[in-house]
Amino acid sequence: MAPPAQSQKSASPSQPSGKGEVSDVKMQLRQLAGSRSPGTDDAKRELFKKVISYMTIGIDVSSVFSEMVMCSATSDIVLKKMCYLYVGNYAKYNPDLALLTINFLQRDCKDEDPMIRGLALRSLCSLRVANLVEYLVGPLGTGLKDGNSYVRMVAAIGVLKLYHISASTCMDADFPAMLKHLMLNDKDAQVVANCLTSLQEIWGLEASTSEEAARERETLLSKPVIYYFLNRIKEFSEWAQCIVLDLVAKYVPSDSNEIFDVMNLLEDRLQHANGAVVLATIKMFLQLTLSMTDVHQQVYERIKAPLLTLVSSGSPEQSYAVLSHLHLLVMRAPFIFSSDYKHFYCQYNEPFYVKKLKLEMLTAVANESNTYDIVTELCEYAANVDIPMARESIRAVGKIALQQYDVNAIVDRLLQFLEMEKEHVTAETLVLVKDLLRKYPQWSHDCIAVVGNISSKNVQEPKAKAALIWMLGEYAQDMQDAPYILESLIENWDEEHSAEVRLHLLTAIMKCFLRRPPETQKALGAALAAGLADFHQDVHDRALFYYRLLKYNVTVAERVVDPPKQAVSVFADTQSSEIKDRIFDEFNSLSVVYQKPSYMFTDKEHRGPFEFSEELGNLSIDTELADNVVPAQRVEANDKDLLLSTSEKEDNHGASNNSSAYNAPSYDGSRMVAASQAQQDLVSLDQPPPADVPASLAIDDLLGLGLPVAPSPAPSPPALKLNAKAVLDPNSFQQKWRQLPLAASQEISMNPQGVSCIVKSSGSSSAYARSFHPLHCFRWSSPELQVLFLRTKRGRAFYLSCGLYFNRLCPNLVCLRDQSWKKMIE
Amino acid sequence: MISQFFVLSQRGDNIVFRDYRGDIQKGSAEIFFRKVKFWKEDGKEEAPPVFNLDGVNYIHVKVVGLLFVATTRNNLPPSLVLELLQRVARVIKDYLGVLNEDSLRKNFVLVYELLDEVIDFGYVQSTSTEVLKSYIFNEPIVVDAGRLPSLGPAALFMQGNKRMPGTAVTKSVVAHETGGTKREEIFVDVIEKISVTFSSSGYILTSEIDGTIQMKSYLSGNPEIRVALNDDLTIGRGGRSIYDYSGSSGSGAVILDDCNFHESVHLDSFDVDRTLSLVPPDGEFPVMNYRITQEFKPPFRINTLVEESEHFKAEVILKIRAEFPSSVTANTIVIEMPLPTYTTRVNFELEPGAVGQRTDFKESNKRLEWSLKKIVGESEHTLRVKLTFPQELHGNITKEAGPVSMTFTIPMYNPSGLQVKYLQIAKKTKTYNPYRWVRYVTQANSYVARI
Repeated sequence: MAPPAQSQKSASPSQPSGKGEVSDVKMQLRQLAGSRSPGTDDAKRELFKKVISYMTIGIDVSSVFSEMVMCSATSDIVLKKMCYLYVGNYAKYNPDLALLTINFLQRDCKDEDPMIRGLALRSLCSLRVANLVEYLVGPLGTGLKDGNSYVRMVAAIGVLKLYHISASTCMDADFPAMLKHLMLNDKDAQVVANCLTSLQEIWGLEASTSEEAARERETLLSKPVIYYFLNRIKEFSEWAQCIVLDLVAKYVPSDSNEIFDVMNLLEDRLQHANGAVVLATIKMFLQLTLSMTDVHQQVYERIKAPLLTLVSSGSPEQSYAVLSHLHLLVMRAPFIFSSDYKHFYCQYNEPFYVKKLKLEMLTAVANESNTYDIVTELCEYAANVDIPMARESIRAVGKIALQQYDVNAIVDRLLQFLEMEKEHVTAETLVLVKDLLRKYPQWSHDCIAVVGNISSKNVQEPKAKAALIWMLGEYAQDMQDAPYILESLIENWDEEHSAEVRLHLLTAIMKCFLRRPPETQKALGAALAAGLADFHQDVHDRALFYYRLLKYNVTVAERVVDPPKQAVSVFADTQSSEIKDRIFDEFNSLSVVYQKPSYMFTDKEHRGPFEFSEELGNLSIDTELADNVVPAQRVEANDKDLLLSTSEKEDNHGASNNSSAYNAPSYDGSRMVAASQAQQDLVSLDQPPPADVPASLAIDDLLGLGLPVAPSPAPSPPALKLNAKAVLDPNSFQQKWRQLPLAASQEISMNPQGVSCIVKSSGSSSAYARSFHPLHCFRWSSPELQVLFLRTKRGRAFYLSCGLYFNRLCPNLVCLRDQSWKKMIE
Repeated sequence: MISQFFVLSQRGDNIVFRDYRGDIQKGSAEIFFRKVKFWKEDGKEEAPPVFNLDGVNYIHVKVVGLLFVATTRNNLPPSLVLELLQRVARVIKDYLGVLNEDSLRKNFVLVYELLDEVIDFGYVQSTSTEVLKSYIFNEPIVVDAGRLPSLGPAALFMQGNKRMPGTAVTKSVVAHETGGTKREEIFVDVIEKISVTFSSSGYILTSEIDGTIQMKSYLSGNPEIRVALNDDLTIGRGGRSIYDYSGSSGSGAVILDDCNFHESVHLDSFDVDRTLSLVPPDGEFPVMNYRITQEFKPPFRINTLVEESEHFKAEVILKIRAEFPSSVTANTIVIEMPLPTYTTRVNFELEPGAVGQRTDFKESNKRLEWSLKKIVGESEHTLRVKLTFPQELHGNITKEAGPVSMTFTIPMYNPSGLQVKYLQIAKKTKTYNPYRWVRYVTQANSYVARI
C-alpha cells in the first residue's frame, strides 16, 4: 500500500493538490460502506489511512465526511480511532454533518469495553461544535462516575473541553463541583491530576467574573488541599507531579516549620531524571523561602548540582532551557556559580544558541578570582574560525572589562585582538575599545597608540567605523594623523552608505576642528557642505545645526559639541530591577528564556498562572506622532533606549526620524530639531549635560512615550493638578505599586546638586527593597491619567520612582512641564 | 498546555500533525519551518529551540534530523515541553523499534494513536511506554533497520560487536517476533560521554564525564531487578570546588559530582550497599544520569605540530596516541581541524601501511578530516599534511587554524570506572533465565586539543 510516502513528497502543504485522489477515495468508501463481506475492514483501514495522510499534509478531505461516518459502523477499534481522529478534525467546519456522528459516538459511550467508552467520550468532547453541547452533558456526567479510571480520566478533561465550547453549559451542569469531589476522592492519581488541571483552568477563567470561582480557586491553595496532594505526590506521574509542584509553589505556609516540612518532603524530587520535575521543585523551593534570606541562600547551594547535571545530561535544547534559568539565578546571586565557571566553557560541538548562553554565564560569574581564567578562555574563542562565536566572545570580554575594577590585563588582550588583523575581530574590538574609553579614559594613551595604527580602509562595518571615527574626534589632539584620516574619509563621503557613520563623521570633524583648527578647517568646510547636501534628513540637519552654531558663536559651539566630560561610571542595565523581579516571579516559564515578563509576549487570556490585577500591561498610548508599535515592543524599545551605548542610541535616533515630530510643520523646524539632536548627542555621547536638560529628558523617558526629546508643543496638555498631600499612605501605596505591571521603567539617581544625570543600574533588588523608606509621595490626576511619584532617599542619593496609571486610553499626548518637575525635585 | 504537536521532515513536510486546542491557526507548521530555516539571513546561526512569533510560542527539538514541535499561546515551563518532546520521540521509538522518517511515515496511524493517549487537550497524560501499551492497537510496520543509518546510543553496539544480536535494540516493544514468542532479555548500557579540552601544551584544561545507565527491558511480567554499582561510589564532593583535583586522584574510588534517577528506581538500600532496585517499565529509559569532574585518564592524546616550511607552504603533523589497554579497540574515529581560510592546496601523507584510514580536505569550510576505522589500544598514528598558500604568509598560522577536534566510540571501556557489579532479576520459576546484557561504551562529546 504505502500511501503517504510517495504522494507526500510532491505535495507540500502550500500547494494542496490531490482533488482527483480525494474523489477516488470517496468512491471507494461509498462502495465499502454497505459491504459486509470479509476483508472489508482491511480495505477500510487502507482507505482511512489514505484519508488521514491527506489530512496530515494539508489536503482538504472534508468532502468525504459523510462517507467516513457511514463507514464507521465497525467493531474494529483501530478503524474507530482513525474515524474519531478524522471527525475531530473536521466537525468544527461541518457542524451539520457532525450531527451524524453524535449517534454512533453516544452509542459507543455506552459500550461494554471501557476503552471504547473512553475513546468515544474523548472524541465527543473534541467536536468543538457549539450547538451539539446538549449531547455532551449526559455522557460526561456518566463518564465522571464510570467505574473505570480511564473513562473518568477522559471525562475530567472532557469537562474542560465542554467549558471551552460553552462555559455556561458546563457551569449549569455543575461539573466543577463534581470535578472537585472527584479530585479529593478518586483513587486513581491521573484522574485526580486531570481534575486539578481542569479546575485550575476553569476557575482561573471564571474568577474574573464570579466571586465564587475566585473563592474556589483560593481553596485549591488551602492547607488541607495542598497537604492532600503532597501526601500523594509519589503516586502521580512525573507530569502530574509538575502540576502539583506548581500549585504548591503558590501556597503560603503559615510558619517556617511548615516550610521545612514541605521542603524535606520534596527534596528527593531534585534527583529526578526529568528536568521538568526538577525545575518545578526548584521554583517551589525558591518561592517558599523568599522571605527567609538565609534559607534562600542555602537553597541556591542545594540546587546548584542538580541544575548543572541537567545542563550536561540533557539534549542541547534542554541545556538551553536550563541555562536560561541559571542565568536568571546568577544575576540574582552571582556568587553561586563563581567557582563552577568551568562548567560554562563552550564545547566545540554545541549549537550556537547554547554557546551564546554560556558566554553570558561566563560574563555573569566573572569576579576578581576567576576573571583571568575566563578571559583567557574567551580569547581562545575569539580566535575561533567560527565568526559569530568569535564576535560574541569579544563582546563578552568587553562586558567583563566594563564590570571589573581591574581591567589592566583585559585592555591588553583587547589590544592584541586588534593585532590579529581579522576584519570581524577588529570591528568588534573597536566598538569595545570605544566603550572602554568612555568608562576608563585613563587608558586612552595605550589604546590610541594601537588604534592609530589601524587603517580605516580595513574597517568596513558601520558600527566599527563609527567607533573608530568617534575615537579620532575625541582624541584628535593625541593622534597625529586624526585630521588627515578624517579628511580622507570626508573625501569619500559619497561612498559612505551608512548614515550613522556620516553622522559620527560630522561630529568628529567638529571636535577635531575645535582642537586643531588650522589643520581641520578645510575638511570641516567640505564635511559641512557634503552634509548639507546629504539626502539623509538627520545628516542634513546635523550639518545645518553645526553650521549655524559655528556661525553664531564658536565658544558656544565648543560648549555644545566638545565640552569637558566625565567618565561614565556605570553603563545602564538593559532591564530594570523590577522587570527582573517579575521574571524571577515567573521562574520556570518561557519568560525566563525570552528574558521578558509574560505580559510582553502573551495575550491576556493566555497568561495562565501569572495573573495581573491591572490591565496596564496592555495599555496603548496611541499618540499621533509615535510609530504605532504595540506597547510591549515599545516598552522594550524604551528599555533598550536606556543602553547608553553611543551607537545604539544613534540607531534609535535613526529609527525615529520618520516620526512626524521631525517634520512637524507646527514648529520652527531646523532649529528645534537641531537642538533636540544636540541634546541627544550630549546625553548619548559622553557627558553630563546642563542641569535643565536632563529634566525634560528624564520626564519623557519616565513617561515611556518613546518621544523624541524635543519638548513637544502639544496642542492642549490636559490640566494636571498636583496634589501635594499623598492620598495613599506609604504602605498601601507600596502594595499597589508591587501589583502593577510595568509599562516602562527606569531608575535615575540624582545627586542633590542635580548636576549629573546618570542612569543607574541597581544591584541587588532586595537590597533596594530593604532600603526603600518612602519619604514623599505625590500624585497628579486628571480624568485620563494619574501619575504617582515616590521619592526616596538612600545614602546620599535621591531616588524618584514614577508610576503611570491610565484610567482609559488617552488619545492626547500627555506632556509634563519642566516647572512641575522642578517643583518635584525642589 | 500545548496547542499543537507536529513532526516535520528535514524538508519541512508534515509527517504527523495533531491539533489539541484549536487556538492557533492552521499554517503554524509552515510558519515555523520558514522561521527555523531562515533564522539568520546567512543561515549560519541555528534557531534556538524556543521562540515566539506573533504571540505563538514554538518549541522544538531535533531528533534524528526530524523536528518535533509543540506550539502554545501560554507561558509554559520550557523544560517541561522540551522534555515532553524528547519523551514523545522516545515512546515512538519504543513502538517502532527504529525512529526515522521512513518508519514514521509508514506508521503514522500508530503515531496518531500514541499522540491521542500521550496528550489530551494539551495536557500530558502519560509518556510511559508500559502504561500506553494497553491503549495501543495498531501493529507497527517494521522497517529494515540494517539498511538505515542507526541512531541513539544503543545503536552503536551494532557495529564491531558481533556477539550482540543486531535486531535486539531496534525491535519494537509490541511487535511479535516470528514464532510468536518474545525473547526474554534485558539490556543495561553504561554510556559515558566525555569532554576534554587540552591546552596547546597538552595540559588538560577541563574534563568531564556525562554518564547514563540506560536500560531497555523486554522482560515479561515485570520482575524486580537489582543493579549493584561500585561499593566505593561516592556522591557529591563536599564543599570542595569540583575542579580541585588535589587529593581526589589515585584513590581509585568513583566520585560522582551529582546524579539523578528514573522515577521507578528505589534508593532504599542505595546508601548502604550502592544497589538500585527497580521494576523496569517497558521501553528504553535512563536508570541514572551522573556527572563526574574527577580527573580521569583521557583515552587519546593528540599532538599537533605546525611548521612553516617555505614561503608559501606549511606542514601540519597530527599524532594520535591511544592510552587505553590493547585489549580495547576504538572505532569510527574522526579527527577534524580547520585550516587557514586562504589554504589553496592540501597534500596528505599517511603512515606506511595504513589500513582503513581516509583523509579529506573540505574545500567549503577549509577543514581537514582524517577518519580511522579503528584504533587498537596503546597504538599511535600519524598524519602529515602539506598546506599550500597563494601568497606569502603574514602572521602566525596557528592563529588561523585549529583547534583539533576528535570524535570516537570505544566499546567495552569507560574511563570513570563505574561498574555494574551484578544484575539480579527476581526469578519467577527455576527455569526462568533471561538474557542479560551489560555493556559499556565511551563516546567523545567534545574532545578538543588547541594548537
